[in-house]
Amino acid sequence: MLKIEAVSKTFAKGSINERRALDNINLSLDKGEFVTIIGGNGAGKSTLLNCIAGVHEIDQGRIWLDNVDISFYPEYKRSRYIGRVFQDPMLGTAFDMTIEENLAMAYARGKPRGLRPGINKREIRLFRERLALLGLGLEDRMKQKVGLLSGGQRQALTLLMATITEPKLLLLDEHTAALDPSIAKKVLQLTREIVAEHQLCTIMVTHNMKAALEYGMRTIMMHEGRIILDLEGKEREAMTVERLIEQFENRSGVELDSDRLLLSQ
Amino acid sequence: MTVMALQGSLELGIIYAIMALGVFISFRTLNMPDLTVDGSFVLGAAVSAMLCSQGRPLAGPLLAIIAGSLAGCVTALLHTKLKIQPLLAGILVMLGLYSVNLRVMDNRANIPLINKTTVFHLLQGTPVETYAKLIIPSAILLLVLVLLFLFLKTKLGFVLRATGDNDQMVRAVGVNTDSTILIGLALANAFVSLSGALIAQYQSFADVSMGIGMVIIGLASVIIGEVIFGTRTLLRRLVAVVLGAILYRLVIAIALELGMPPTDLKLVSALIVTLALSMSAIKEGLYSIQKRFNAMNRARGGSA
Ligand SMILES: Nc1ncnc2c1ncn2[C@@H]1O[C@H](COP(=O)(O)OP(=O)(O)OP(=O)(O)O)[C@@H](O)[C@H]1O
Ligand SMILES: [Mg+2]
Repeated sequence: MLKIEAVSKTFAKGSINERRALDNINLSLDKGEFVTIIGGNGAGKSTLLNCIAGVHEIDQGRIWLDNVDISFYPEYKRSRYIGRVFQDPMLGTAFDMTIEENLAMAYARGKPRGLRPGINKREIRLFRERLALLGLGLEDRMKQKVGLLSGGQRQALTLLMATITEPKLLLLDEHTAALDPSIAKKVLQLTREIVAEHQLCTIMVTHNMKAALEYGMRTIMMHEGRIILDLEGKEREAMTVERLIEQFENRSGVELDSDRLLLSQ
Repeated sequence: MTVMALQGSLELGIIYAIMALGVFISFRTLNMPDLTVDGSFVLGAAVSAMLCSQGRPLAGPLLAIIAGSLAGCVTALLHTKLKIQPLLAGILVMLGLYSVNLRVMDNRANIPLINKTTVFHLLQGTPVETYAKLIIPSAILLLVLVLLFLFLKTKLGFVLRATGDNDQMVRAVGVNTDSTILIGLALANAFVSLSGALIAQYQSFADVSMGIGMVIIGLASVIIGEVIFGTRTLLRRLVAVVLGAILYRLVIAIALELGMPPTDLKLVSALIVTLALSMSAIKEGLYSIQKRFNAMNRARGGSA
């Protein structure tokens, strides 16, 4: 489904701030595969997702999605096939527009935006059904502006917006990091349900090692722009957070102090 | 104030409201400070006056709409393709338009339309003839308002509104924000230009410098409307802009009536907008002073 081949990305090339954020990354995801990514601050996790989504243009390598070379597609064009949820709950929605208007914009993903009505009765019914599944009572607030929602409600809504057209790929960049632990858990639970329901090919970045092992079917560890560990199957099932930290220290040569990476919710 | 003066400012307010709706689109819907307005307003007036003086008053406003939208497109392209800041892109186009406008006006700074047939002669011979300058702009404004409202409720209108809110989100749902900005600024300046076209025929002349400060007048109208009539729903916001524009004209008319020299008009406009823009800072400042004052009182009470 997704194939990343020898991708590199350097920021501020040629300046004193030059920074190699991705260093020859190779990664393949099968249809319906759910991968979690962990790694320390500045490991290049966000950069990898941003390069896949087209926020940054890559320096070297190729990216294929469903056998189409999307390496040089602009961001908006890739978004027709890729759903995204960001870390910042403000980034996923238009705050001055209503819940149903936001959903309508997401529902038209990949279709031409003409002069037809922005939202119709059938869509409203569909949105109500889907919102009810979130279990947050948003189905009764569809005409309210998104600006009135809490961070957790917004992330849940953004998740629904990202998946309502069943994209080929779902990218989640620490989408629960800004939320209270209990709400984060709820959103992660929703993520699992939605991904399973549509068999979505998913990449989820997280700082929570426990969640990284608990969710999805494969876990990748990044360090200094490289993939230093790729776990799946039996090996992953047997993995514990403690042993994962050990592995990280062995492979990166960096001692892990109790930074964000250790936090388990 | 005489009834005549009142009617006059109402008529002007209605025509300027079309311009204010344009400013609303760029400043509020797209969240972009578009200064093209000062130039595109004159562009509309110039096109309209030239065609009117050639005996084609109706073609004037129609062609002005096209000319204005082209000006908006240039600003949008400077910003999206050449990555020039919106503020600067608008100023560049505004400056360039000064020369373009002079060319349109055959290198004359002023085109008088005395004794020419204008769009306001359309109702000649009907019983409402004397109110033509009120009825015709009102009809156009109503049409513009309804069309704009309906447009902002379409699929395209949705993403246009979202672009000002959160352009990242718009790209994330598969829409090119370069295009939404292009469409938005074209539309905004089409409105501004149409307003200029009507003003030229209304006051029977076009002047190359009639656009100075137009963007501030538009912004003043938008802000006055928001403060007084609110922003709850989209329709309410649009109507608020119109009422704000009319109110602005009335305030100016009253100030003139009270003896303010017309040459001070621009200064007063600048003051009104400064006041409106600094409203939240002033409120916060007052609140902070009040808090400190209360704390001081409490401290004194505690030690006593
Ligand atoms: N737009 C940018 N311009 C310049 N440097 C950048 C940019 N984005 C990221 N970087 C740099 O690239 C490196 C990788 O950053 P990235 O955001 O991908 O890390 P991350 O793994 O997501 O870290 P975190 O866990 O803190 O989110 C960092 O050193 C960062 O400073
Ligand atoms: Mg990151």
